[in-house]
Amino acid sequence: MASFAELPLRYRLALGAYPWRRVQRGAVTPLEMPLEKARVALISSAGLYDPARDPPFAAVRGGDSSNRWLATSQPINQLVVGQRSRLFDRGPMLRDRNEAFPLDRLRELVSAGRLGSVAARHPSINGSITAPGRLVRDTAPAIAEVLRQDRVDAALLVPV
Amino acid sequence: MCTQSVGLLAGVLEQAGVRTVAIALVRDVAERIGIPRALAVPFPFGRPLGGEGPELQRRVIAQALALLAVGGPVVADFTP
Repeated sequence: MASFAELPLRYRLALGAYPWRRVQRGAVTPLEMPLEKARVALISSAGLYDPARDPPFAAVRGGDSSNRWLATSQPINQLVVGQRSRLFDRGPMLRDRNEAFPLDRLRELVSAGRLGSVAARHPSINGSITAPGRLVRDTAPAIAEVLRQDRVDAALLVPV
Repeated sequence: MCTQSVGLLAGVLEQAGVRTVAIALVRDVAERIGIPRALAVPFPFGRPLGGEGPELQRRVIAQALALLAVGGPVVADFTP
């Protein structure tokens, strides 16, 4: 288990006083279909983006709450890890983007008939956001709207 | 911060009818924020799927996706 005890003292102190937000949600009901029929999107918080198409995430106070879209069709090891936090080892995900964005693993499940399909595009966020108001107010509803348009049934979210 | 960010996003998606399951690197944060569904994993920051390669990635993902069949909020523990 990751623990705040891993972090330098000044981060531990800051997190100890941090006002964690509560998730606003209604009832959390089960997925209404078997996984074998579900379309699934992946959401990584590693700040992944395609440098040939998208701008990097910005270094702004409170964190960059915008998102990028990652196409299922693109080679994942060309994605840049844009997460700016210096508190974790990027080695594993730089060697294999599946450690943060396990698209190849989902493709395997589809090939094996254990998952219905993989979404055509996936929202990517930069997770080190200390002021998440805009994420909840603007970015998340816009992401939800696109996922609904794409008939996505479920999302696997992978923080780093 | 990443667990909070994906948790807040998951809440909005759930309200929009998209079911969610998140990996939780810090169980305490996942529970404190009321994340809809999460699989708590015993790995350090930066290694949400273990950092040991495809076989461990597969085991974590299988257990996470299985949680979609249950209602929440729920934080389950990864079984190695």
